[in-house]
Amino acid sequence: MLAGHRTWIFEHKPVILSTGTVGGPFEANGAIPDDFDTLHADLWLGQDSYEKAHKVLFEEACQKAMEKGGIQKDQVQFILAGDLINQITPTSFASRTIGSPYFGLFGACSTSMEGLALGAYIVNTKGAKYLLTGASSHNTAVEKQFRYPTEYGGQKPPTAQWTVTGAGAALLSDSGDGPRVTSATIGRVIDMGLTDPFNMGGAMAPAAVDTIEAHLKERNVEPSYYDLIVTGDLGQIGREVSMDLFKKHGTPISEEQYQDCGLMIYREGQPVLAGASGAGCSATVVYGHLLNRMKKGEFKRMLVVATGALLSPLSFQQNETIPCIAHAVSIEYGGDQLT
Amino acid sequence: MIYFWAFVVGGLICVIGQIMFDVFKLTPGHTLSALVVIGALLDGFGLYEPLIDFAGAGATVPITSFGNSLVHGAMQEAEKHGLVGVLTGMFEVTSSGISSSIIFAMIGALLFKPKG
Amino acid sequence: MSNNQKKQLTPVQQEYQKLQKQREIKRPVVKNCIKAFLTGGLICLIGQLISDFYIYYFDFTEQTAGNPTVGTLIFIAMLLTGFGVYDRMAQFGGAGTAVPVTGFGNAVISPAIEHRSEGFVLGVGGNMFKLAGSVILFGVFSAFVIALIKTILIQWGGL
Repeated sequence: MLAGHRTWIFEHKPVILSTGTVGGPFEANGAIPDDFDTLHADLWLGQDSYEKAHKVLFEEACQKAMEKGGIQKDQVQFILAGDLINQITPTSFASRTIGSPYFGLFGACSTSMEGLALGAYIVNTKGAKYLLTGASSHNTAVEKQFRYPTEYGGQKPPTAQWTVTGAGAALLSDSGDGPRVTSATIGRVIDMGLTDPFNMGGAMAPAAVDTIEAHLKERNVEPSYYDLIVTGDLGQIGREVSMDLFKKHGTPISEEQYQDCGLMIYREGQPVLAGASGAGCSATVVYGHLLNRMKKGEFKRMLVVATGALLSPLSFQQNETIPCIAHAVSIEYGGDQLT
Repeated sequence: MIYFWAFVVGGLICVIGQIMFDVFKLTPGHTLSALVVIGALLDGFGLYEPLIDFAGAGATVPITSFGNSLVHGAMQEAEKHGLVGVLTGMFEVTSSGISSSIIFAMIGALLFKPKG
Repeated sequence: MSNNQKKQLTPVQQEYQKLQKQREIKRPVVKNCIKAFLTGGLICLIGQLISDFYIYYFDFTEQTAGNPTVGTLIFIAMLLTGFGVYDRMAQFGGAGTAVPVTGFGNAVISPAIEHRSEGFVLGVGGNMFKLAGSVILFGVFSAFVIALIKTILIQWGGL
């Protein structure tokens, strides 16, 4: 059902039956290693290129999700997923292995919630019984494409972020027990004219604020309805600026309830500068750590707002600004839910 | 004494580069290209050779000396052969930088895997 | 880069950018300059030692020692890049590692190592100059213009 201009309310509340999360060595050393199903000791995963290793990350996440959900791959109707690499080849090649019908998505680092929103819509309208959705990223493959060769001596400023090497996949179904997807608000492309590709958080914050405020208005709930409003990878700067914007607009979101996946995944002392980023950041933290906490009963309702910066290395060279987008999906488990 | 000036002058040229990075927010590509051009200009005005005499490696190691060597090579040939010497002489003085970069890059690609 | 674009920004965008600037973690310029000074100075000092080594133990003069010195420094840069050390030094040293000729070597060697996964011809060969190309282009072209002007002035003006 459409509420307002761009919010979907899912009457049948699709269930996240199971999830799969895979990470790399940096994540194994991070703050939430126990919430990963598989952790790898190096960035190569036994492959001969970073891009091929990236493909394996997503394959493994999907296989784990299907295994934990007790589903065979030929029961999965659709895969909705993407990554940051050119032409999303790692996800496409992984989907070749899995074999299910496939929608490749590109939302930069917002892909995880873009996939969950669309996937929930399909399951809610009885368009699928089982559906896999997720996103992934690989630190050195992304650095190679967007910035500099990994051994290049380029000095990163304190506003830069560290791309997560990880993949998160969720198995959605119309029935079963598990956290439920209750609504989604789709983001618009927002561009505040920022140009620094080493300051993504600052560029993405307005998109997050725009989507969150639209969601609250269109779903007709106060921010206090949610125990947790968590952004994908705004990092330290993006989080602070968006809090400033909320205060300016009079949206009562508290510091405790407003979190960021990019600030959760790594420990103090890891050289991540302003925080973590990447399509795999929100996917691994939400589908692993946050859903685990939700299933333990720590909180009942969360709004996940994955944020993406829609630039390319070429657009930067052509002196373009950085347009951004944020997609919000609400996930609820236990507790009273709105119908 | 030359060791002291090599350290100081080399360090100062790097500080100019750092200011271009941090204050002017230029990329390494822009900064190094600008420094090379500055080196070439200084040699055009005959100012870079005295700097080398004064600071030794402090002037020959930074990338500015690449611009200096190119102008030098071009001028040396131009003195002998006129305008066409500008084209033929350019890489005479500076050959080591380019050829060793290429050779060691190939050897590097053969021997090493990136570490991230 | 900045002023022209700022005039084309809407009031909302300009207001947001002002807000964002307050939260942006500022680059520690003075600290970075000091680190660049020390790192760059050290590399040049090592270059001076290498240069003297070539003058005393081999048959080079002050003028000709520059070439083998540069070659040796780039060899060292290859080892540091290959062992994954150069990028960590560079996060500390900034321009202190980028400006010396070792930085040029690193700029050629790092894409060569990285793109080996695409093969030696298209990967290594095709990408080797992706970072250093602009330095070579502007070096050669500016040297060409300067040498041309100087030569013309000498020949016709009796400089």
